This record gives sequence, C-alpha cells and structure tokens, in this order.
Amino acid sequence: MAVDTIGSLPQTRVAPWNNPVIRGWVFQIVVVGLVGGLAWYLVSNTMANLEKAKIATGFDFLGREAGFEIGDTMIEYSPASTYARAIWVGILNTLRVAVIGIILTTILGTLIGIGRLSPNWLLAKICEWYVEIFRNVPLLLWLFLFYKLVSEAFPGPRQAIRMLGDSVFLSNRGLYFPIPVADPVHKWIGAGFLLGIVGAWALHRWAKARQAATGQQFPSILAGLGLIIVVPFLVWLIGGAPAKMSWPELKGFNFQGGLVIQPEFTALLVGLTLYTAAFVAEIVRSGILALHKGQSEAAAAIGLSRGQAMRLVLLPQALRVIVPPMTSVFLNITKNSSLAIAIGYPDLVASINVTINQTGQAIENILIIMAAYLTVSLSISAFMNWYNKQIAMKER
Amino acid sequence: MRTITSLAGAAALAVTIGAAGAAHAGKDLDAIKARGQLICGVSTGTAGFSLADSKGVWTGMDVDVCRAVAAAIFGDASKVKYVPTTAQQRFTALQSGEVDMLSRTTTWTLTRDTALGFDFTGVSYYDGQGFMVNKKLGVKSAKELNGATICVSPGTTTELNLADYFRANKMQFKPVVIEKADEIRAAFFTGRCDVYTTDASSLYSVRAANVPAPLTAADFVILPEIISKEPLGPVVRHGDNQFGDIVRWALYAMVEAEEYGITSANVEQMLKSEDPTIKRILGVTPGMGKALGVDEKWVVNIVKQVGNYGEAFDRNLGAGSPLKIERGLNQLWTKGGLQYSPPIR
Ligand SMILES: N[C@@H](CCC(=O)N[C@@H](CS)C(=O)NCC(=O)O)C(=O)O
Repeated sequence: MAVDTIGSLPQTRVAPWNNPVIRGWVFQIVVVGLVGGLAWYLVSNTMANLEKAKIATGFDFLGREAGFEIGDTMIEYSPASTYARAIWVGILNTLRVAVIGIILTTILGTLIGIGRLSPNWLLAKICEWYVEIFRNVPLLLWLFLFYKLVSEAFPGPRQAIRMLGDSVFLSNRGLYFPIPVADPVHKWIGAGFLLGIVGAWALHRWAKARQAATGQQFPSILAGLGLIIVVPFLVWLIGGAPAKMSWPELKGFNFQGGLVIQPEFTALLVGLTLYTAAFVAEIVRSGILALHKGQSEAAAAIGLSRGQAMRLVLLPQALRVIVPPMTSVFLNITKNSSLAIAIGYPDLVASINVTINQTGQAIENILIIMAAYLTVSLSISAFMNWYNKQIAMKER
Repeated sequence: MRTITSLAGAAALAVTIGAAGAAHAGKDLDAIKARGQLICGVSTGTAGFSLADSKGVWTGMDVDVCRAVAAAIFGDASKVKYVPTTAQQRFTALQSGEVDMLSRTTTWTLTRDTALGFDFTGVSYYDGQGFMVNKKLGVKSAKELNGATICVSPGTTTELNLADYFRANKMQFKPVVIEKADEIRAAFFTGRCDVYTTDASSLYSVRAANVPAPLTAADFVILPEIISKEPLGPVVRHGDNQFGDIVRWALYAMVEAEEYGITSANVEQMLKSEDPTIKRILGVTPGMGKALGVDEKWVVNIVKQVGNYGEAFDRNLGAGSPLKIERGLNQLWTKGGLQYSPPIR
C-alpha cells in the first residue's frame, strides 16, 4: 500500500536501484529466498543426518501396532491398535479435559469475579483470597497436591466409600457410578436433546422480540431449560423407556461395570479449573470495573435489583472487555493440560512421548503434536474472534 | 519441570539433527577426549544400578560401567559426568548428543539397536520382568492378576511386555503410567495400583531402598513369574565405531578379569604373572591397547579403580550390598551363568 502511493508520486526520474517499488520487490524476494533456502537446508540436512545415523524416518509407524495399553480411553482401544489410534486417544483425552475445564473455569471464574465486587465484605474477602492463593502457586504444584489428595485420601477399592444405596463407590481407583446400558434409543435421546436446545434458543429469541415490542416478559430461560429436559425425556418414553443399567460391582481387584471418573482426570480437571478460575475472576472483575459507575447507578434508578443490573446491564457491556483476554485463558487451559503427564493422565503428550520412545521418530512425532495443538488453538481463537464480533458494540 | 523435558528434549533433537554438520568417524571419541570427560546417561535413581548420594557421588553397577569406560579412555575412572535420565528421556538424550552413552538398565532390543540408531555393546546384567504386590492382597501368581491396576513407567519394554503378557493370558489390566520414577513408585506405595512391574532387579532395589515408612520391605512380595528377557547393557549411538568398541571392551575386560582371577587387590602382582593370557590382558605384552586406541594399561586401570565384574556385582547388587541379589544368570559361564567375554587377543 505505502509502496504503491510513493511509487505513484509525480514522475521524477530515479535509477532502478533507487526506485522504492523495485527495491521493495527485490528485498521481499531476497527474504523469501533466504527463508526458503534455510528451510530447505535444514530439511535436507536433517534427512541426511538421520540417514547417516540410520534412524528410521517417515510416517509409516502410524499404521503399526502400538503394543502399549492406555488406562483411560474414550474410544475403543487395545494394545493391538495402531500408533495412530493411540495418538487419537491422546488427542480426545486432551480435548475432554480442555473442554470441560474451559466450561467449569468460565462459570467458577465469573462467579468469583462478581463475588469480589459484592457489597458483602466476607464474600468479597473470600473471593479475593481465593484469587491470591490460586494464582500465586504454580499449577504443577496444585496438580501434585490434588493428585496426592485424590489418591491418598480415599481408601482402596475393597474399603470403598459406598453411597446412594451401594450404587456409587468412591475409592483411590476413582468414582464409579451406574450408567444406562447402551441402547439404540440413546441416539434418538441425543437428537431430542439437540432439538430441545434449538427449541430453547428459538423460544428465547421470540421472547426477547416480544418484550421489545410489547414490554411483556416471558420466563424464557426456565421454559427453555424445561424444553431441553422434557424433549429427550419424551423421546425416551416413546422409545419404550429402556432402563437397563450397568452397575459397578467389586470383582477381584477392582470394580467392574458402571462408569468411572479416574483420579488422574479428576486431579487434572480440578487443578486446571481452580487455578485458571483465579485469572478469569480478575478478568471479569476488571471488565465490570471498566464500566462507568453511572451504569449501575442508572440501573438502580430504574429499579433493577443488583442481580438484574448485573445480568441485564453490567455483564453484557463488560463482555466486550472480557472476551478478548478470555481467548488466551482458554488457550492456556488447553496448553496447560499437557502438564497431565506429571500425574499420569494419558493426554496427547503422553501418547506422543511413548510413541517417540518406542519408534525413535522424534521429529515426525513433534510435527504431529505441533499440528494438533495448533489446530485446537486456532479453532479456539477463530471461535472467540467470531463471538467477539457478535457482541461488539453495534452502532445504532 | 523434568516432566515435560522429554518432549523438550525431543524438540531439541529435531533442531540439533537439523543443524548438525557431517559426521566423521571417531567424532564422539575426539569430543570426549577434548572435553576431558565422559558424559554418561544414567537413571534418576535406582539403588544398586545408579544412585547419587547426598553429596552427589554416584554409585551402582551401571555407574561402574561408565567408570570403566572413563578408566579405559583417560586412565581415570572419575572423569565422568553423570546425567540422570528417565526411561522416557534416555533415547532422545543419546540421539541428540546430550550424553555420549547410556548405562541405565536399558534392555537390548532389535528396534533400539536398529531403527533408533543405536548400538548395544554388551550385557552388563541379564534380567527379566517381574511383578511386585502388597502381601495383603494374598496374590501368589501373576496368573491371578486379572483386573488389576498396574503401575508402570512409560517408554519401557516393561510397558510393552505387560500388554503382551495380559493379552497372551486373556486377562485385563488398567495401567497407571507416570514418567518420574519417584512418582510412579509413590503411586504404587500409596495404593493407587495393586501391582508394580519393572525389571526384577529394579523390583528388589525398590523394595530394599524405597518403601516409605510405616510400610516395610516385608509387606511386599515379588511374584515368581518372570515374563520377559531383559538383557540390560550400555548403549552408544551409531556413527563412532571406535568409541563403541571401547565401551564394548571395557565391560568385557571386567568379565575377563574375573574369569582370570584378576582383582583390584591383586592386579599389581598379576602384572608379574607368567601366564601369556594375563600378560596380554594387562598389557604386559602390548598390542591390545593399541588396537583399541587406548593406553596399554587400560585393563589395569579398569580393574584397579573399578574392580572386576564380580567385585562390582558384589559391591552394588550382591552379598556386599543391601540388595543381596544372587548372581544367577550373571554368574560367569565357567560357573553356570551367562557372563562370557570373547577373548582379549
Ligand atoms: N529395562 C527396561 C526398563 C528400564 C527402566 O528404565 N525402568 C524404569 C522403571 S523404575 C526405571 O528404571 N526408571 C528409573 C528412572 O527413571 O530413573 C527398558 O529398557 O525399557
């Protein structure tokens, strides 16, 4: 742009090496050439050195049998599965803890951030202390602490703490609870759930439009929640109300059946959430403090309660300040989840590390892990940018 | 932050291999001599094999192999820098040149000897994988372990054998996998796992040295099944055969010395021996040192400063140590074991 404008200034004859347009191009070509040449040199040199050291190269290993077991998997996996699948198991485990962590952190952080601004002195102090304690100790130490807590505070499986009439068991093997046995109707219940969400959203839009037009209010949140619960329930009834459950039962060393939340996952999720919520709280608090005092005064003047003022006036405006820094918080949760490896949660890094070790192919595996984290991070950024545009000030 | 360093190490490896210039024969040995020190990758702490005391002095069978190599190269067994590595980090450390060699309970396998770009130079300890359980569980055999939760270190043959064994016996298990040796042992002792599995020798070592009070060694049993072959030995990377030869023969020299009755106590008198084999081993008849490219007194230096294989075994693992491990397979071939050195001639 700048170059163009200068280039189109009234004609004064200059030598080609003094012509800014030509110079601009030459410099760019030289830079691209240098970077490309360096990349080529590094790649070819790497290949030559690997060849000389007779270290295996290429991505063939992905199709070979992994041979190791993974303790916590969301999909079917056994040692007979391939390395590719082992890595996929790791990616899913990373996503699981990141997604749940992001949701819980946002909720908890927002509550604490609002709590710090509460007129209730005790509540405000507690929230302040929470922030100071959690963000001033490194995350790794929190993880070790919570892992020690969940694996040492609870008894072995044979002495497990029994709850809810012997259907839920808490031990150092994790929290076991009953789940419905897989049934074809479950797919339809899931569809009903999605339908309920869409319905709730539509209802909310309608209620807002009506309130804007007529001033009449409608409890759309409550009704929406109702929809989200009732629709899947109806689907379940129509599907013949399948109620067969898988109950956890102590057999030999451990519980069989039911579903388990393992200590490694719990420790990681709790550690990540509590630690990161402290940062979110600060972001939320500063977002609200950034608003002019007149906003809350005006809200009070028209008779809104504190809660209503927060929900209807303050938070929606504060969001514009809050959302951009939240992007990096979410990215941090995702990346910090890789500390999982310290406490044995089988995330992406764990799968990659073992694969590097068993195949010796560090470079290929590093490329895979970089690509995976980059994809997740860019997706989060893209979503947050989109959301940021949605809530941006709309000049009317 | 040791937990994530193995990945960082792997990334560093990518950079080093990319930037490294062309290799030439003898480059590792030249670098070691120029540095005046051998850099030996050991474990982060396995009593009897490699363990640093409070003053940072390393001892153990694996450490003695490093010392023997330094004695051969420099005539001084103390010229070693020890770099503790976890099972997960060790191969990257060797590939990237962070260490010159590994001597850390590492099992010789085909993949490691080929695709990882390494050469195993011998077997310093013939081992096999075992299982340790708390006595309270009343387990008598590995065949009873169906459904057990098992603590295991990542990036090991252990992890693979374990999966193989349970598959072969149609049993299920849940692994708990933590890289740091201290952490995985703690997970076992606090009861997160029913079973701890690794090389049998390491099980003896952990039981003798790492059981936290109020538990004692007597609370734990090592099950009778040995489910694999674990020939543990020193490893070098491809590319410097001369250095590889020195590492290979430093260990053999210890075995050969034991076979011919040469000990740290009698090596001086042995120099006066009329036996042509002993004269050759000890460099009284020159030639062996020259062939290896080291001082002719290399075996004298090794035996005097480190001891022969039997002495090292006794001191670190056997009767003279807290572990009291039997020589078993690691007895000399002349006494029914597998330790056998090709002739030094
Ligand atoms: N021999 C097996 C296992 C060797 C191994 O490293 N075992 C772990 C289990 S305790 C260990 O010694 N770790 C010590 C450390 O990380 O410092 C192999 O080569 O894969």
